[in-house]
Amino acid sequence: MTALLAFEELTKAWFGVPAVADLTLAVPEGATLGLIGENGAGKSTLMNVVGGVTPPTSGRMLWRGAPYAPRSAAEATARGVAFIHQELNLFANLSIAENLFVDGFPTRFGLIDRAATAERTRAMCARVGLDLDPATPVGELSPGERQLVEIAKALHREADLIIFDEPTTSLTPRETARLFEVIARLKAEGRTLIYISHILGDVARLSDRIAVLRDGRLVDEGAAAAFDVGRMIRSMIGRDLAGMYPPRSRPPGEAVVFEARGLDQPGVLADVGFSIRAGEILGLFGLMGSGRSELARAIFGLDPLADGTMTLAGRPLAGGPGARIAAGLAFVTENRREEGLLLESPVAENLSLVVARGFGRGPFGVIDAEAHAVATERAKTELGVRAGAIAVQPVKALSGGNQQKVVIGKWLMRQPKLFLLDEPTRGVDVGAKFEIYALADRMAAAGDAVLFISSELEELIGMCDRILVMSRGEIAGEFAESPFRREAILAAAFRETVA
Amino acid sequence: MKGKGDGAFGFALRNATAIIFATVIAFFALQAPGFLAPENLGNIVKASAFIGIAAVGMTFVLLTAGIDLSVGSVMYLAPLIAGILMRTLGLGVEAGLLLSIAAGALFGSINATLIVRLGIVPFIVTLATLFAFRGFGAFLTSSRQFDFPPEMLAFGQSSVAGVPTPILFFLALAFAAHVVLTRTPFGRRVYAVGADPEAARKAGVPVGAVRFGVYVISGACAGLAGFILIAQIGRLDAGFGEGREFDVIAAAVLGGASLFGGVGSALGAVVGATLIQTVKTGLVFTGVNLYLQPILMAGIIFLAVLVDSLRQQRLRAMKRRTIRPVSER
Repeated sequence: MTALLAFEELTKAWFGVPAVADLTLAVPEGATLGLIGENGAGKSTLMNVVGGVTPPTSGRMLWRGAPYAPRSAAEATARGVAFIHQELNLFANLSIAENLFVDGFPTRFGLIDRAATAERTRAMCARVGLDLDPATPVGELSPGERQLVEIAKALHREADLIIFDEPTTSLTPRETARLFEVIARLKAEGRTLIYISHILGDVARLSDRIAVLRDGRLVDEGAAAAFDVGRMIRSMIGRDLAGMYPPRSRPPGEAVVFEARGLDQPGVLADVGFSIRAGEILGLFGLMGSGRSELARAIFGLDPLADGTMTLAGRPLAGGPGARIAAGLAFVTENRREEGLLLESPVAENLSLVVARGFGRGPFGVIDAEAHAVATERAKTELGVRAGAIAVQPVKALSGGNQQKVVIGKWLMRQPKLFLLDEPTRGVDVGAKFEIYALADRMAAAGDAVLFISSELEELIGMCDRILVMSRGEIAGEFAESPFRREAILAAAFRETVA
Repeated sequence: MKGKGDGAFGFALRNATAIIFATVIAFFALQAPGFLAPENLGNIVKASAFIGIAAVGMTFVLLTAGIDLSVGSVMYLAPLIAGILMRTLGLGVEAGLLLSIAAGALFGSINATLIVRLGIVPFIVTLATLFAFRGFGAFLTSSRQFDFPPEMLAFGQSSVAGVPTPILFFLALAFAAHVVLTRTPFGRRVYAVGADPEAARKAGVPVGAVRFGVYVISGACAGLAGFILIAQIGRLDAGFGEGREFDVIAAAVLGGASLFGGVGSALGAVVGATLIQTVKTGLVFTGVNLYLQPILMAGIIFLAVLVDSLRQQRLRAMKRRTIRPVSER
């Protein structure tokens, strides 16, 4: 078998940090390659390189032995690469037939030949087991049907390489079964597939070969028959990190600070319930798209819940974010730059953002500049923010780690009872990470409850008293024993049972 | 997800224009008995041809999530250039009509070049050309009234088989636009670009060419619209068409075109323009205080934009990313 697509010493670095490093891998023609790895292992970056979204930093790709360097997504499409993923590239306002033929309609006298498009669309749909009127608007289809339309589109284009990126996340079991039938048919036709998924059992079942990425490197590769779920998980993890976490200063107390019961948000969360005690750091682990951040948003009142109750310090938690902040909730969002900071404003102003009203004096609530300056300066020192004149220096001039300290600090000034930390160390260097961990410990030592959300299992193991695992919007496991069993946690996140 | 089961509210949103239209007609018919007379209704359609023709062109632009603020000025400048050529070269009205359309298309292509080639936001480009086109017209005429040859007026007041010429042009254009939008590759790509330009690019749609085309069409339609109305007056004042871009946009949006792109139709623009004219005529008919009329118009336009915005919110809610099957409970 010749290789349809081959990577040769391919590297893609962002600002000098490699997301894919020195990767050499071949995808044989007519085979199905299962590609797995933890969040941030480099799978998406690699697929973006294949799809022409970003060029590689060094190294090259070969397509049937000839150099392949797509400069745009359209170029990759023209070469025969098709992507099937969650964010589908379909037009909801056009019909199934129009979606298939939008790049080249058959015409008669300048008008679209509707009979011909309908007939050819029906033939394509039959190949993916879709029995629908070609004139149906795509907006009216279920997620599973849309995915099959996307596959029909790939077949219509005569795509040689079809890449499935987490195709089953929003599908019902029946739709998933139908998708797998179609995949089996594609394999029988001899098409080359790359199948990326966090559902390892599916990867093992569908693939001929399996490749495992970790930190941008290919760490394991071989025939699928030689892989079991245990080997996949062992290959994906396995970093050694010691001395990266500060010791916890106090054990958690007994009193329950926050309790959630039966939280339900159709299509996102299902029957989520848990509690956090005073002084406890509860870790929340889950893979990308498992519902971690959605849960945090729902707790903070940003997205409505269909069902469920929450209490904070014994009182029911309700209303919008404003009321919840007043009740003692603090939310450090995962999008620090977009949602957590006023980038152009001075550090001091950002620090006092949540408590600004507290500095109001007199009948018009004019801000007491002196008290403001004193309080923010004290906060800066306590937090260890490395900044000069905080009254004038804009936040955007700080490093990522220091920016995050400002975000956390703005909430600390308010003395909340429950902290929601969503990916607090993302994009932060190792030294600053340690300081953020120390801040989390300080919150807990002060008797507050902390919900620490992260896709980095290591930091949760390093910092938390208990770890909850989410998968597909549900709590898939709870781990309280120490030391934490890393493989069991990861298996719960991947919804697998390790023998 | 199927568009069913969202109840009366969803139904009202999808058919908002028809509901508003029916209410407006019923209201005026009750207020003024002569309102429903065939002659009056014919006059309404004739009067709406001017805004309607431009609104059909505007619909193309709105479908790509763009906007063309320069149509009011094109309505003025394109017929003016046609008129000057008619007078100096001694051309007939038919040639003048074609020249006006061509001039409009040319101005539209200036907009398109700035938007597509230079990548400037449509709002800013067409705001600038709104002033530039009118300024050029004022320069050509020194802001004086421009008189067309007398045949012009005869053309404007003519009719074919009892149907006034303006209505014929209006309906013919609307039909042509409808066919283009629903039955040609270009038309369907306009919808694709409006729905998701990035996905359109990935699907191999020539996004730049499509966006270029819609501004040319909008300009050409504005040129035709201006010529048709001037033919009914016989002369061109310096303030002709001023502020009409808002009537045109309002008509298109009332007809169901979304300012967010991807939604709308040529026939909708016809309905929208007729609705606006119905309200205008109705207000005169029922003797509403002249100074209150703009406020009532504003109310109707606000209603249309509100409906558009509500519809958009529902669309977004539908598109919300789910991480587990909704039905599995």
